[in-house]
Amino acid sequence: MAAEMPVRRSVVVESRPSALEQSCREILSALEAGGFSQDDIFAVHLALEEAFLNAVKHGNRMDPTKKVQIDYTVNQEKVEISMTDEGPGFDPGRVPDPRVGKNLYRPEGRGLLLIRSYMHTVEYNERGNSLRMVRRKNQSVPRCGKAAT
Amino acid sequence: MAAIQPRISVAYTNDATVIAFTDERILEDIDVRALREAVESVVEQAPRIHLVLDFRHVKFLSSAVLGLLIRISKRVYEQEGELRLCNIHPGIYEVFKITRLTNVFEIYEDVERATRSFSSRP
Repeated sequence: MAAEMPVRRSVVVESRPSALEQSCREILSALEAGGFSQDDIFAVHLALEEAFLNAVKHGNRMDPTKKVQIDYTVNQEKVEISMTDEGPGFDPGRVPDPRVGKNLYRPEGRGLLLIRSYMHTVEYNERGNSLRMVRRKNQSVPRCGKAAT
Repeated sequence: MAAIQPRISVAYTNDATVIAFTDERILEDIDVRALREAVESVVEQAPRIHLVLDFRHVKFLSSAVLGLLIRISKRVYEQEGELRLCNIHPGIYEVFKITRLTNVFEIYEDVERATRSFSSRP
């Protein structure tokens, strides 16, 4: 059965890691119904989890009074997800490359690299509290050779 | 074989302790914390441990798990032990490659090869 496309939704969820579960399930189901590959689904799942953890931990700093807004569109060509937290924002250009030097042995700091590695487009707003990411259907993402900036 | 909190299973061979992660998906902080406590409790009891972490059941993980592995690795080497990873699902192996953790961890195809690697060292 052909999936109804596009799927568009906007949700606001609490600042706790498990709050992503339902939205994540809905997005991945829409991808599956839309004929996205298992690689696409793995990639979007990983990017979603990493982006949400960043929003909750680094953006909203686990403040239960703050929320995360998730807007997504799935159509026959791509999935586009925006995630906005209520934090002060950050400069993604100043995040150290976790693949070099001592950073390689640090337990944290790999989320943004993974998002950039699995999504075709990754953009932040000027304030740095809203992420927009896009993955095109059945197209692998070229691996970036240098630090994600 | 003993089950701990059912997040890991532990098996002992002649030369190694093999810990398998039993969850298919490891995502949340609470999961990662539970795993860390479970694995560290095994490591603390065995100085100079030859530890194999078996990922055969794991199909999906977040970067928090990579951090967990770094922490476990440090603890193992502080105790003069050695660590190997094995049975990593291709999708997850790609995550290790992207983050260049393939340069940090010794990764083997299966438990047997990982275990054998300890005795092949001088």
